[in-house]
Amino acid sequence: MSDIPGDLLFLKSHEWVRINDDGTATVGISDHAQEALGDLVYVELPEVGSTVEAGEGKGVAVVESVKAASDIYSPLSGEVVEVNEKLSDAPETINSDAYGDGWIFKIKYSNLGEKDDLLTPDEYSEVAESDDH
Amino acid sequence: MTDKTELNATHRELGARMVDFGGWDMPIAYGSQIEEHHAVRNDAGMFDVSHMTVVDLTGPSTREFLRKLVANNVDKLAKPGKALYTCMLDETGGVIDDLIVYFLREDFFRLVVNAATRVKDLAWIEKQAAAFGVSVRERPEFGMIAVQGPNAREKLIGLLPADVQEKARKLGKFAALETEGPDGMPLFLARTGYTGEDGFEVVVPNTRVVELWKHLHAAGVAPAGLGARDTLRLEAGMNLYGQDMDESVSPWEAALAWTISLDEGRDFIGRAALEQHKADGVKRVMVGLVMDEKGVLRHGQKVLTANGEGEILSGGFAPTLGKSIAFARIPAGEPGDVRVEIRGRDIPVRVVKFPFVRDGKPMEGIAG
Repeated sequence: MSDIPGDLLFLKSHEWVRINDDGTATVGISDHAQEALGDLVYVELPEVGSTVEAGEGKGVAVVESVKAASDIYSPLSGEVVEVNEKLSDAPETINSDAYGDGWIFKIKYSNLGEKDDLLTPDEYSEVAESDDH
Repeated sequence: MTDKTELNATHRELGARMVDFGGWDMPIAYGSQIEEHHAVRNDAGMFDVSHMTVVDLTGPSTREFLRKLVANNVDKLAKPGKALYTCMLDETGGVIDDLIVYFLREDFFRLVVNAATRVKDLAWIEKQAAAFGVSVRERPEFGMIAVQGPNAREKLIGLLPADVQEKARKLGKFAALETEGPDGMPLFLARTGYTGEDGFEVVVPNTRVVELWKHLHAAGVAPAGLGARDTLRLEAGMNLYGQDMDESVSPWEAALAWTISLDEGRDFIGRAALEQHKADGVKRVMVGLVMDEKGVLRHGQKVLTANGEGEILSGGFAPTLGKSIAFARIPAGEPGDVRVEIRGRDIPVRVVKFPFVRDGKPMEGIAG
């Protein structure tokens, strides 16, 4: 298992969020998730300007691997302010750099208090490990 | 309980991601499924297909029995070693399974049937065989490796003893040979496969299958998982039992008319129902779809045509084409502009003839 950057928080459904200094947060999927999904071939990005709710419920984006399609949820509520257009042509960027260039969308968060419901890297690491069994 | 092939530990040593496949613990990929796909298209790859079932039929009436059991005509098998792809139908013309029949001797034919259908296949075959006095013997002591790709045959032939290399090289397409492999291991070498590439399916005793796998690996044959096998066979236009056909589907509706032999005077199981079905007019057809837009066609998605709704059967991303393709079953007749409903949006697709890929190249009109 690859190292998990210490500044991230997670949903147990394998999305990560990095809270930026400017009131925005960047969202992606974990390295563990990309590995489990296998080769990614398509990412359906959310619309800029759309409003998203935190947590597992309504999918915000979709990643499709050769095997299957998976809904992506947002760890925080807010408004989508930017999407990673590069993924349209190179969805495999998520396979090669899940925590960096493979980010999926950014939101302007509306309630930072929601971060208390998220998992720390250590907590997420346990979830990912138990997934392997 | 999950079954394991003799190669299970070998797959794990190679770092394979294992999945449950019809009750078998099988490798879906060892690393990148797409790279494994390309390895088979461009060079040579191998698949553990030991979960498939070898069934040997013996007795003087075996050919007569097979004339009744399967919809294709085993009389096409004139020379020992020849193989035939066929459907085994029930009385209503539904597909119980698709399988390959190998003619070995007049009193000895070998079947290779799907893993997931093993139990029902054996029960059906035994029931039908009783009246013919044919002995039905499952051969769980055999493993099976499919070696596929433009360089697959030469890589495997290089491992054979000098005196059998020429025989193996001369083996025709859809034919098999009982021979000997490295260090005297007994091999049943069939020039068949499920990827659209040339190659061999090799039946070998379980006690030697790991040894053969390691020889092939050392000869530069890339291990490939069932994930790549699925994208390869979809590109090659080959049906998957359970997804593209089953008992509720007749071969007319599954693009398998070419495997039906309505030869005079042969009363195979399902024939009357098939003829009736054709006389009544076949209402659904199986077509190929190509999507030029981004996204992935998946099993179960709704297909909208001028004649009504259909559905995606096998669908997925085609690594050789860099876009998504699928089989769909749609109402018969001129379909007009066809669209597929993906997460609430109607995406236009093209209806095409399949195979989508042959000999490693996209067929004309597929790439768009």
